[in-house]
Amino acid sequence: MADIQTYSHDAGWKNTVLRGLLYLVLILFAAYYLFPLIVMIATSLKSLDEIREGSLISLPRVVTFDAWNYAWNEACVGVECTGIKIYFWNSVKMAIPAVLISTFLGAINGYALTKWRFKGANIVFALLLFGCFIPFQVVLLPMSQVLGKLGLASSTPGLVLVHVVYGLCFTTLFFRNYYVSIPDELVKAATIDGAGFFTIFWRIILPISTPIIVVSVIWQFTQIWNDFLFGASFASGANAPMTVALNNIVNTTTGVKQYNVDMAAALLTGLPTLLVYVLAGKYFVRGLTAGSVKG
Amino acid sequence: MGASQSTESNLMASIQRHLSKIVVAPSFAASLFFVYGFILWTGYMAFSKSRMLPVWDWAGLRQYERLWQMERWHVAIENLLIFGGLFIVTCLFIGCLLAVLLDQRIRAEGALRTIFLYPMALSFIVTGTVWKWLLNPGLGLESMMHDLGWTSFKFDWLVNSDMAIYTVVIAAVWQASGFVMAMFLAALRGVDQDIIRAAYMDGASLPRIYFGIIIPSIRPVFLSAIVVLAHLAVKSFDLVIALTGGGPGYSSDLPATFMYTMAFQRNQLGVGAASAMMMLATVMAIIVPYLYSELRGGKKNG
Repeated sequence: MADIQTYSHDAGWKNTVLRGLLYLVLILFAAYYLFPLIVMIATSLKSLDEIREGSLISLPRVVTFDAWNYAWNEACVGVECTGIKIYFWNSVKMAIPAVLISTFLGAINGYALTKWRFKGANIVFALLLFGCFIPFQVVLLPMSQVLGKLGLASSTPGLVLVHVVYGLCFTTLFFRNYYVSIPDELVKAATIDGAGFFTIFWRIILPISTPIIVVSVIWQFTQIWNDFLFGASFASGANAPMTVALNNIVNTTTGVKQYNVDMAAALLTGLPTLLVYVLAGKYFVRGLTAGSVKG
Repeated sequence: MGASQSTESNLMASIQRHLSKIVVAPSFAASLFFVYGFILWTGYMAFSKSRMLPVWDWAGLRQYERLWQMERWHVAIENLLIFGGLFIVTCLFIGCLLAVLLDQRIRAEGALRTIFLYPMALSFIVTGTVWKWLLNPGLGLESMMHDLGWTSFKFDWLVNSDMAIYTVVIAAVWQASGFVMAMFLAALRGVDQDIIRAAYMDGASLPRIYFGIIIPSIRPVFLSAIVVLAHLAVKSFDLVIALTGGGPGYSSDLPATFMYTMAFQRNQLGVGAASAMMMLATVMAIIVPYLYSELRGGKKNG
């Protein structure tokens, strides 16, 4: 930290002006980041007539939740006009098992790779880690064939499998890096007392893992909820996740373009991850930096 | 009886010893099959005659030749260079600027940080949807400027095939720049205060402290940020689909959308596989040297 107040050789009034300027720039940037969200909310609360007459930034004269209701219950995804709600539940049914399974596997992998190191553990970890970085286009074609052979094509269990397999490297990375910093003596002492592999995991390691479990769950949830590529490739029609349905609603070319419904559907799709971010922002940032910067 | 009991306990002990391997084995096997196996599979498919259906007949480099003869692929590559370059440079600039500004003992720093970073929590599809609405020439920013009295204002990039790729840059920067800010801010907080104080005592001005001491000392973060952003750029798919759909025509195609179109819409499995391998090669060219230096650096330090 090197700030103007502490590290300035100039006179006081000059610093005051500078700080004023500083706040101005920061507020302008805040406006830039908030602008799309505000427009999205305002548009979703307007009637279609008001959108056509009014301006982008004007607040709704008459607040109406019709667009939200329509998006949730009636909007057409392809030829099915069931609203986005069934796709919301598709995403929930996909995200919850995928998040739990991948986080659990990541935890036990991280534990095994750090506290019960076997010959070649580092190589195994490096090979696992590689999966974090591949562009998923390179697995799409074989995956769609394998899912077809397994009878999981266009299904939610199929998507769960895909998200677990390609989320493993991230969760293993999180837990491995967390457990590396936990002293080995803890495990050694427990083994002398006669505790085995799983006893130590359940009784000693898991109870002190809460922060990294939160990081892993939030990271995986955001990734899986926001995924579009796998959803669009492997689950068309009634089993599509919410992002795919949203894109369908927005890009439907038939009928009148209902911008307010588009915005309401977009907000509904964004709400779960936004909520997670607002409630647990600290852990979200930790996941981002841990997931993106090195092993 | 006694003998069988002792072999049983031997077995238990040896299982206990190997439990670690047994536990990791399923994940490792999944990775071998779903990552390495699939890469080989796609790699082979790129050498096959596959079009509508996957076939195993060897075609040599034929699919790669067809790929590189396609005008559309060249457009996608060129777009990736434009998009990737502008995206990385703008995100670094905004991210670094915001981090430095926030590092001035700002009141409400937490609130501002939350605002700068929230787009990163959204799906690219949501981002694409809202920017598509903001940038649409009829009712979006253009008409807003007209209402405000600037009647000659024209902003039709979304439907202009020469400019559509730049709208993707605008939306992508909005989404990812806050994340770069967070990376830089964490690094700034880690800079040694004693060095800064010493430089100040020597009479160095604040800009000199920043450009001479602080920025050079967080150089590794620049490298990390560039690698992360480049990686994001190559993988960019959702945003293009939601914002421009690759259009008008295929003017805003990126390799990721090109591959998807060939594989799932155009019945060109072989070309799709070949383009996926080109994407993999690009990512590897960025990631492998980086990971290598990171891991080696890690060993040196500890």
